Amino acid sequence: MSLDKATVAKVANLARIKVEEKDLEPMAAELNNILGWIEQLGEVNTDDVEPMTSVAQMSLRWRADEVTDGGYAEDVVANGPNHEDGYFAVPKVIE
Amino acid sequence: MGMIIQGATGDWEVVIGLEIHAQVTSKSKLFSGASAAYGAEPNSQVSFVDAAMPGMLPVINEMAVEQAVRTGLGLNAKINEFSVFDRKNYFYADLPQGYQISQFLQPIVGEGKIIIDLKDGETREIGITRLHLEQDAGKSLHDQHPSQTFVDLNRSGVPLMEIVSEPDMRSPEEAAAYVKKIRSIVRYLGTCDGNMDEGSMRADVNVSVRKPGDEFGTRCEMKNINSVRFMQQAIIYEANRQVDIIEAGGTVDQETRLYDPDKGETRSLRSKEEAHDYRYFPDPDLLPLEFDGAFIARIRETLPELPDDKKARFISELGLSAYDAGVLVTEKEVADYFEAVAEGRDAKLAANWVIGELFGNLNRTGKDLSDSPVAAKALGELIDLIKDGTISNRIAKEVFEEMFDTGKAAGDIVEEKGLKQVSDTGAIEAAIDDVIAANPDKVAEYRGGKDKLFGFFMGQVMKATQGKANPGVVTEIMRPKLDG
Repeated sequence: MSLDKATVAKVANLARIKVEEKDLEPMAAELNNILGWIEQLGEVNTDDVEPMTSVAQMSLRWRADEVTDGGYAEDVVANGPNHEDGYFAVPKVIE
Repeated sequence: MGMIIQGATGDWEVVIGLEIHAQVTSKSKLFSGASAAYGAEPNSQVSFVDAAMPGMLPVINEMAVEQAVRTGLGLNAKINEFSVFDRKNYFYADLPQGYQISQFLQPIVGEGKIIIDLKDGETREIGITRLHLEQDAGKSLHDQHPSQTFVDLNRSGVPLMEIVSEPDMRSPEEAAAYVKKIRSIVRYLGTCDGNMDEGSMRADVNVSVRKPGDEFGTRCEMKNINSVRFMQQAIIYEANRQVDIIEAGGTVDQETRLYDPDKGETRSLRSKEEAHDYRYFPDPDLLPLEFDGAFIARIRETLPELPDDKKARFISELGLSAYDAGVLVTEKEVADYFEAVAEGRDAKLAANWVIGELFGNLNRTGKDLSDSPVAAKALGELIDLIKDGTISNRIAKEVFEEMFDTGKAAGDIVEEKGLKQVSDTGAIEAAIDDVIAANPDKVAEYRGGKDKLFGFFMGQVMKATQGKANPGVVTEIMRPKLDG
């Protein structure tokens, strides 16, 4: 697997990370190094090995269906740069 | 039953598949302890998990898991004892995490099937591809401020079930019947309230066209349709649009389109296409969701009788027609009401009264069954009065109207208004004699062979007795007298 410059630009855009044009080529090279390194793992024989989903021997914790949180709208909206009437206020998002 | 579009180059078949988003009935959210109730003050039901504050971790709600399994069982589907939560990545102001926690490759519920009910008692089987659990996003309000969008995160993190169908439907009617059936099933199960107005159920509709027997055509998806009527309109518009494109020599682009109910048309949302590269990957905050067969068996034991089984029972055990049974089982509340009326009584008569008079009066007054002035017990008592000959069927309809308007008991109304059917042969005989004496010419015609005049005499006797004479008794006494 190998990434070209255009793919790096697209992924950066999807992740909302600004990458200067001059940095795209070097970044593609870096990412390809990482991908190449990961691909080495494909050489290991994993026949008859269960897929591992966690390094910890534990299972997903469940909680009971109870209302135990919320009720602090002011504290929540205080984290945004702007709020009005209990809502977060953001620059107009036009469909 | 499929819809055929007659194009310039021949007939076209419409192929429809649906993704239904159904809000799980639960007290709290999928991964946080904030309330999932509808209609609260903005951002008052938001935990720091739902607002995606750094360091907050999701913990799954056991009720959401149970409800998904229960729904899967109701859809006759395979339940997966091992499933995985993934991140679906996109940026939007009402999605604070920057991703929706969903299930991609390994959903909690796999393939199933349901039966949809069509006109004239016809049925069809529709395949279910999968059901998975996911978080709802927040809500954006664009019309509250000239330059700003307001965001309310109360819905953020509310548990949804996405139910995906196979592309098995061939007409807007079948798609409508499918949505209604899914709604009926989840309401019976108590896993979603099915309220499309409040957004608890909404559908993404995939439409393509093809010449009958050909491979599937390229499909377009219309998102977030929250009414069955709009969905049908959108399908008709979209299918015709695609036929026009193909017949003009063009090709249909696979894309997301928006249905505009005001204009009655769909339009492209192509500008957002790039946003549909979701880059799913397993959510590192969540271990796989696992449970065992005993967990599933425990839920299976709590399943109610579902609409198809109930319908079959109403037909086979109560002798109802397929149509009546279908009408009565769609809503569990209606089926329960009917069963309470029918218990220990003539079920067909009970069905006629519920479907005819009760529904008629509810429609007339714009009421729901839940606020019906006539309780099941009260309607049952009215039917008892018909059965034991106290009142005729015709008088019973009058009594019912009065019950509906005043909430009084049938027996009281009959008593107060003196509506008791007269079975007293002396009084009836006197009325018959009067009628015969007053109409010598008609009697002569009757005896001369105009049998149909029997109805005329019956009418006259009924008029003379204000409709209270028992028709059976009248016939019995009058026929020998007329025959001379």
